[in-house]
Amino acid sequence: MSEQHRDPSASGAPARPAPALSATNKFHVVAHDLPKVDGEGLVLGRPAYTDDLAPANALYVKLVRSPHAFARIVSIDAAVALALPGVACVLTWKDCPRVPYTRAGQGNPEPSPHDRFILDEFVRYVGDEVAVIAAEDEATAEKAAAFVAVKYEVLEPVLNFENALDNPIILHPEPEIHEMFPIGFEPKRNIAAAYHMELGDVEAEIAASPVKIETTVHTQAQQHVAMEPHVAFSYLDVHGRLVIYTSTQNPWHTRRLLGLALQKPIREIRIVKPRIGGGFGGKQQIHVEPFVAMVTLKTGRPARLALTRREVFEATFTRHEMRVSVRLGADPNGHLRAIDMQILSNTGAYGEHALTTFMVAGSKTLPLYNKIAAVRFGGHVVYTNKVSAGAYRGYGAIQGLTGLEAAMDELAHKIGMDPVELRRMNMIHEGETSDVFRIMGEGTEGVAMTIESCKLEECIARGKELIGWDPARLVREVAPGKLRTKGMAIAMQGSGIPLIDMGSARVEFQDGGFFKLHVGATDLGTGSDTILAQIAAEELGVEMKDIVVHSSDTDHTPFDVGAYASSTTYVSGSAVQRAARSLREELIAAAARKLGAAPGDIVYENKNFRSADGKNTLSLDDFSFDTLYHDGAAMQTIAATESFSGEKSPPPYMAAFVEIEIDTETGKVDVVHYAAVADVGTPISPMLAKVQIEGGILQGIGMALYENVRYSEKGHMLSHNMMTYPIPSREDVGRITVEIVDSYEPSGPFGAKSAGEIGIDTPPSAIANAIRNATGVRLTEYPFTPERVLAAIRAGAASGSIGSRLEGAGARTAPRAK
Amino acid sequence: MKLTITINGKNELLECAPGEMLTEVLRRAGYVEVKKGCDTGNCGACTVLLEGKPVLSCSYLAARADGKNITTIQGRVDEARRFAQFLTAEGADQCGFCAPGFTLTVLAMRDELANPSEADIRHYLAGNLCRCSGYEGQIRAIKNYLEAQHE
Repeated sequence: MSEQHRDPSASGAPARPAPALSATNKFHVVAHDLPKVDGEGLVLGRPAYTDDLAPANALYVKLVRSPHAFARIVSIDAAVALALPGVACVLTWKDCPRVPYTRAGQGNPEPSPHDRFILDEFVRYVGDEVAVIAAEDEATAEKAAAFVAVKYEVLEPVLNFENALDNPIILHPEPEIHEMFPIGFEPKRNIAAAYHMELGDVEAEIAASPVKIETTVHTQAQQHVAMEPHVAFSYLDVHGRLVIYTSTQNPWHTRRLLGLALQKPIREIRIVKPRIGGGFGGKQQIHVEPFVAMVTLKTGRPARLALTRREVFEATFTRHEMRVSVRLGADPNGHLRAIDMQILSNTGAYGEHALTTFMVAGSKTLPLYNKIAAVRFGGHVVYTNKVSAGAYRGYGAIQGLTGLEAAMDELAHKIGMDPVELRRMNMIHEGETSDVFRIMGEGTEGVAMTIESCKLEECIARGKELIGWDPARLVREVAPGKLRTKGMAIAMQGSGIPLIDMGSARVEFQDGGFFKLHVGATDLGTGSDTILAQIAAEELGVEMKDIVVHSSDTDHTPFDVGAYASSTTYVSGSAVQRAARSLREELIAAAARKLGAAPGDIVYENKNFRSADGKNTLSLDDFSFDTLYHDGAAMQTIAATESFSGEKSPPPYMAAFVEIEIDTETGKVDVVHYAAVADVGTPISPMLAKVQIEGGILQGIGMALYENVRYSEKGHMLSHNMMTYPIPSREDVGRITVEIVDSYEPSGPFGAKSAGEIGIDTPPSAIANAIRNATGVRLTEYPFTPERVLAAIRAGAASGSIGSRLEGAGARTAPRAK
Repeated sequence: MKLTITINGKNELLECAPGEMLTEVLRRAGYVEVKKGCDTGNCGACTVLLEGKPVLSCSYLAARADGKNITTIQGRVDEARRFAQFLTAEGADQCGFCAPGFTLTVLAMRDELANPSEADIRHYLAGNLCRCSGYEGQIRAIKNYLEAQHE
């Protein structure tokens, strides 16, 4: 990329204003940029991740994986493998309890079907687990895995999700599998989940609408590519309990589901999450834990398993591939009357997160446009013989948005309106609601909610400034064969799953006057340990150094559902705030007793307790020794444990504007500038929120332009390493500008909502709209590779639409004749 | 086979199998600051310095390191701590898994390039991938760090 692409003057954007809240920040720790508590240690490479901590005497575990997309295992002969010196065991489906479970890390009962055994007689995608090998060293385990002789009856697979529904080939005929509550599960029809809702009469509204729009887009499977591959190790502690260290986003769900799959009481399992090298939803499921656990339970020995990058690609989870069809009915002035969104989603071989990602495609997009008379959402999630899809940042919303925001821009084109003004006319505002909130939850009914914080207007206004938005001048030719074009999109997400997600926290006063903060919340590299400590420090009136955080250990920290659904700041953060507030009250009450005053007469500030008359003072430091060592019968541990379950899920919002450069001779698209403005409520750490959003945007750009899980005709994954599945590098994008607007969510901790997912949602939509603005052609097949963009350019040139929106005279056309 | 490698200034006598890559040997010897990310020489997490120059240890035969000087992030811990201040001041450390390899490459770039432009920085570090940060915060951190070096 040339330096010119990063020229900040290109968009004419004014200088960046002061960070959010700087002028109005009334907090002393919250909404300040503080270094991550684990940051320096991780940069210095201190042992911190699961694989760094594995016991030296652990057996190495390797997996035999299916070479076929669909097959029945006829026989497994492990005699040669077992004869190798150093091989400890070979385990197959006959060694597993015949208990179906789900690998999806979700609440109980899970909204995903129990359609999976740890190992099964059938394998349903290339990479599905066949046998578990354990040996004294890695090389022996690998060799032994190669010596396991497996005879397969190869079956014809279902690879195209468009053909899966009611296909005579049934992926899941096994009688034991089941749904936990009605989710539309019909395995005989290859349906993992289905859902339908309608408010008002969509067909009648659209029929009566003077302007009708219909678009269908197809979004591809995308890989998480967290830098740390999935990894776990296990051992039996002195009590004989099974201890598993694992790179998981949800220790408690893992413990519960593993208990089911292994048929062990939950009390006999402990899950510890050390530092994680990224997750993005890819570790909101169970992938490696059952295999190390089986080996430890079988041999009594510690066991370790770190997936290779190829295994992460071929045999963990991807984003759900979806076909999203959106129909709009509107008045000629742009007022929307009805939205109809119909989706077909591909869950792959197993139904993890099938229903919920699909429902979120509607529930976290449709409320954006709430001034409608009728709305409908429905479709199916089908099984295919590909690697399972699972949770991935954006979680359906990003897919649904590609359909909705494409349709909105098409409507703008049709009625000749600025797409920004069209959105402003129809979008949700503070004090409003959407019936969709009430009707659609994640696998269940939703929760009615009035929006108390929504700064979309401010986000749009600032985003327009940053990109230099002029609807009459969206496209310009900057050099022969180089078109610069702009597009935009808006998005919303959520903050946890209301009435389902629960987090808790315990704060304990320690000698020396510091506080232990124990949270079940799961920091996957985002900095949640840090921002939770900030919340505790703010509430307790102390500094960050006075808070020592310990997180994500099912034996030693209180319960938390885990890090997903943009929940940690809002749900776990509220629990921390409550616990710290309770502890502060306890501290003041105990100090009052000591000082012989009523609690109401104690002033607590600057880490000192003072009686109202000013005669008696007590420092936090002195008091900490008194309460633990000096005060005889009055001695006590002063601690508080509190929980939080959201009664709503306040959405963060984003307005995003992009300028891209299209090479009209090659079809290559370069992102020149991505300007995004977000409403996340109060950012507990503005810089961590901003970096997370920047990272999300880049992942979204990767999805828009080239990330794509590709298969051979027989179902072998072709994109199984980082050469064949490249992720964006430092040189691939011009400039990303992220700003956070002033906003305050009354129901969140210190006004916070969430920031984890909102960043990824807009790029596929905004870039599609930018290409449409330049070429006149709506690209509907993701990702927008040069081949597809070139085809669009040629189609646009043939129809004469390309160049018609060029800045100045519309006479120039592209590509230029040579 | 047996190897003698000087790691962070210390002579180590190490065992390796023929064909084994340096990452494996280093991690087995306890140098777990060398991370294993992609196995194919794409991500840069396994970066170490070989005679002062960055190499991808996952794609470097351990046997070839016999008799050579290897530096991991722990071998340049004071400079790394200094850079970490700038990186964490931007929040661009995120999950940290790529950080040791990335930081070593930053130090190598500082040694090698006098006044790198932003394009130079992006190009020099293109082989160190990060999936969390979107790179912008890392660029801010590197610029601030280099500027402070001049002061």
